[in-house]
Amino acid sequence: MEKNGTIQLETIFQDRIDQEIRIEPKDWMPDKYRQTLIRQISQHAHSEIVGMLPEGNWITRAPSLKRKATLIAKVQDEAGHGLYLYSAAETLGISRAEMINQLHSGKAKYSSIFNYPTLTWADIGAIGWLVDGAAIMNQVPLCRTSYGPYARAMVRICKEESFHQRQGFEILLTLSRGTDAQKAMCQDAINRWWWPSVMMFGPSDEASPHTAQSMRWKIKRFTNDELRQKFVDICAEQVKILEMHLPDPDLKWNEKRGHYDFGPINWDEFWQVIGGNGPCNKERLAARIKAHEDGAWVREAASAFAAKQQQKQKAAVA
Amino acid sequence: MKTYLTKQFYGDYGDRESVKESSGIAADSARDWPLWEVFVRSKMGLDHKHVGSLHAADARMAIENARDVYTRRQEGISIWVVESRHIHASNPDDAASFYDPADDKVYRHPTFYELPDELKAM
Amino acid sequence: MADDALLLGHRNSEWTGHGPNLEQDIAISNIALDQIGQARNFYQYAALQFNENRNAYAPLLQSPAFRQVSGSIDEDNLAYLRNANEFKNHLLVELNRGDWAFTIVRQFFISAYQQLLYTDLQKGTNKQLAAIAEKSLKELSYHVRWSGEWVIRLGDGTEESNRRIINAVDQLWPYTGELFLPADFQQMAAEQGILTDPASYRQNWLEKIQEAFAQAGLPIPSNNWWQKGGKQGIHTEHLGYLLAEMQYLQRSYPGSVW
Repeated sequence: MEKNGTIQLETIFQDRIDQEIRIEPKDWMPDKYRQTLIRQISQHAHSEIVGMLPEGNWITRAPSLKRKATLIAKVQDEAGHGLYLYSAAETLGISRAEMINQLHSGKAKYSSIFNYPTLTWADIGAIGWLVDGAAIMNQVPLCRTSYGPYARAMVRICKEESFHQRQGFEILLTLSRGTDAQKAMCQDAINRWWWPSVMMFGPSDEASPHTAQSMRWKIKRFTNDELRQKFVDICAEQVKILEMHLPDPDLKWNEKRGHYDFGPINWDEFWQVIGGNGPCNKERLAARIKAHEDGAWVREAASAFAAKQQQKQKAAVA
Repeated sequence: MKTYLTKQFYGDYGDRESVKESSGIAADSARDWPLWEVFVRSKMGLDHKHVGSLHAADARMAIENARDVYTRRQEGISIWVVESRHIHASNPDDAASFYDPADDKVYRHPTFYELPDELKAM
Repeated sequence: MADDALLLGHRNSEWTGHGPNLEQDIAISNIALDQIGQARNFYQYAALQFNENRNAYAPLLQSPAFRQVSGSIDEDNLAYLRNANEFKNHLLVELNRGDWAFTIVRQFFISAYQQLLYTDLQKGTNKQLAAIAEKSLKELSYHVRWSGEWVIRLGDGTEESNRRIINAVDQLWPYTGELFLPADFQQMAAEQGILTDPASYRQNWLEKIQEAFAQAGLPIPSNNWWQKGGKQGIHTEHLGYLLAEMQYLQRSYPGSVW
C-alpha cells in the first residue's frame, strides 16, 4: 500500500490506543508494534521457562512434604505462565517452535535474574519474595497493556502469582524465627538476591531507548525507574517484619521525596550477566536445550501416532 | 517495504504459511504438535467459554492437557477443544472497521473474557 | 502405601522443568502432586496411630529416627527421618527416573495396581483409609488413562519410541511381581478386613496391562522371576541416594522448623 495509507492507518491505530481500546490480533498494527510485542512477550515466556530451573533445583531437597508440594505447584505454575505467554505471542504470527529456537540459539533473551544460582533453601524464599515481588510489580500494569491477548494472559498470570510471593515470604519468615543457622541462611539469601532483583526492572530510564515508544503504545504503563522505586519502598518496609536487612548501606527514607533513597546499581554486572557472563547462563540454556532434545523423540512419536490414527479413521470412513 | 497486513485464519492465530515465509525457518512439523483452542463450561456455567490454547498431538491429549492446564482438573466441567486452524473468524479488512461495533467478533470484546474478582480490586 | 506414593511422586517431580514439552511437563508435575498429596494423607493417618497408641508402637518409636523427636510424630518425621531399611515401598517406585518411556511404563504399572488397591481399600473396614482411597481413586483413574494412552502412543509411534518402550518394559517387568506378593503387614491388614490379599489383584491387573499392550503392539515379557525385598526393607541401590537428597535438610539441621 502507498505511504499515505500507512500513515492514515497509524493515526487511527494510535487513536484507538489513546482511547484505551485493545488491539486484537486481526487489527492492523504497525510492524514495529508487532515486533516489539513479539520480543517482549517471548522474552517474558522464556523467563518463565528458564525460571523453572533455579527453583526446580530444590524440589527434590525441599525440607517438608508441604514445602515440596508447594514448590512443585509453583514451578508448574511457571510452566503454565510460559504456555499462556507463548500462546499470546503466537497470535502475532510466530510459532512456539520458532521462539524456542530463538531462545536456544541465544538470539532471544530472558530475565537475567535466573542466571544466578540457588545455593540454599533460603534462596527459594528469597526468589518468592524478591524476584516474584519484582515480577508482580512489572506484571500488574501489563494486565492493562494495549494488546488484548497479552493483557488477558497477564490477568491469568497475576492471579496465580500472588500465591508465589506469599509462599516465598512465608519461607523466609519461618527461617527468620528459627535457629541461628536458619537466620544466617535467610540473611545470606537476601544479601545475594537483593541487587539482582533491583536490576530486574531493567536499565534506568535514560539508558532505556525503547521506553518512550512503548509508553506511547501503552505496551508499558510505567517506566523502569518508577517501578524500581516502588519495589524498593515496599521491600524496605517488609524486610523489617523479617528482622533482617537489605544489603545497601545507602538505603534511607527520604522525607522530602516520600521515597527510600538507595545506593548505586552495579550496571556493569547487569550488562555482563545479560551478555552471557552470569554464573549460570550456560548451565541454564544447556538444561533447556537438553530437555528439548531429549523430548524430541517423544514429540515425534506422538505426532506419528496421531497421523496413523487419522489415516485409520479416514480408511474407516471410506 | 514489508507488507504490513498479515492475513490470518483466526482472530487469535497467525497464518502458518506466512510465519514460515517471514522467519525463513521451516516449521518442524514432525515434532511440533498443532495448536488447539480450549473452551470450558464450568459446573454452573451456561455455555463454553474460550480460555486459551495449547499444543497437543491429538484431540484426546488436548482435552487431558486442557484439564491439567486450564482447569486444574476440577470435577464436573465440560471441555471442548478444536484445532486452531479449523477456526475461521471475520476479518477487519478496512480502516472503517476500527470504529464498527463489530457484533460478529465475539473475541474482540474484553467482556467476553471472565476476569477474576481479585483483579477488579487491583 | 504412603512410601510408594511419596517415592514415585519424588521421582516424577524430577521431570518438573525438564519435560518433553511444556504441556507434558505440567501433566507429569500434576501427577507428582497427586502422589505427594496421597502420601501426606497416609502419613498423617499413620502419625496419628503412632501418637495415640505409643505403647503398641514402642519398638518402632525407639528407632534412632524417632528418638530425636520430642513430642508427637508428624508426617515429616515419617518421610524425612527414617532410614532406607525402614521404608516399606515396592522396589518399582524407587528406581531412577529414566527416560519418558521408563516413566510412562512405570506409571502405568503402578497406577493400574493402585487403582485396584484403593478400590479394595475403599470397601475395607477402616473408615479413614477408605476415605483416603475414595479421594485418591478420582486421581488414579486419570493416571491410569493418561499413562495408558502414552503407552499406546509410544508403542505405536515411531521405531525409536517402540524400541525405547520395549526396553523400558524389559527393565521394569521383573519389579512388577512384588506388587502381588503379600508382605506380613499386608497379611495383617487382610486379617483385619482392611484389604484383601494383593495376590488377588494380579489377574485384573494383568488384563489391564494386556489390553493396553495389545493396542500398543507390545509383547508381555515371559520372564517371571521377580525382584523383591522392598516391603521387607531390603532395597535397590537407588533408594539410598534418593533419601540422601530428599532428607538432607532435615538431617543437617535436626530439630528445625521449615
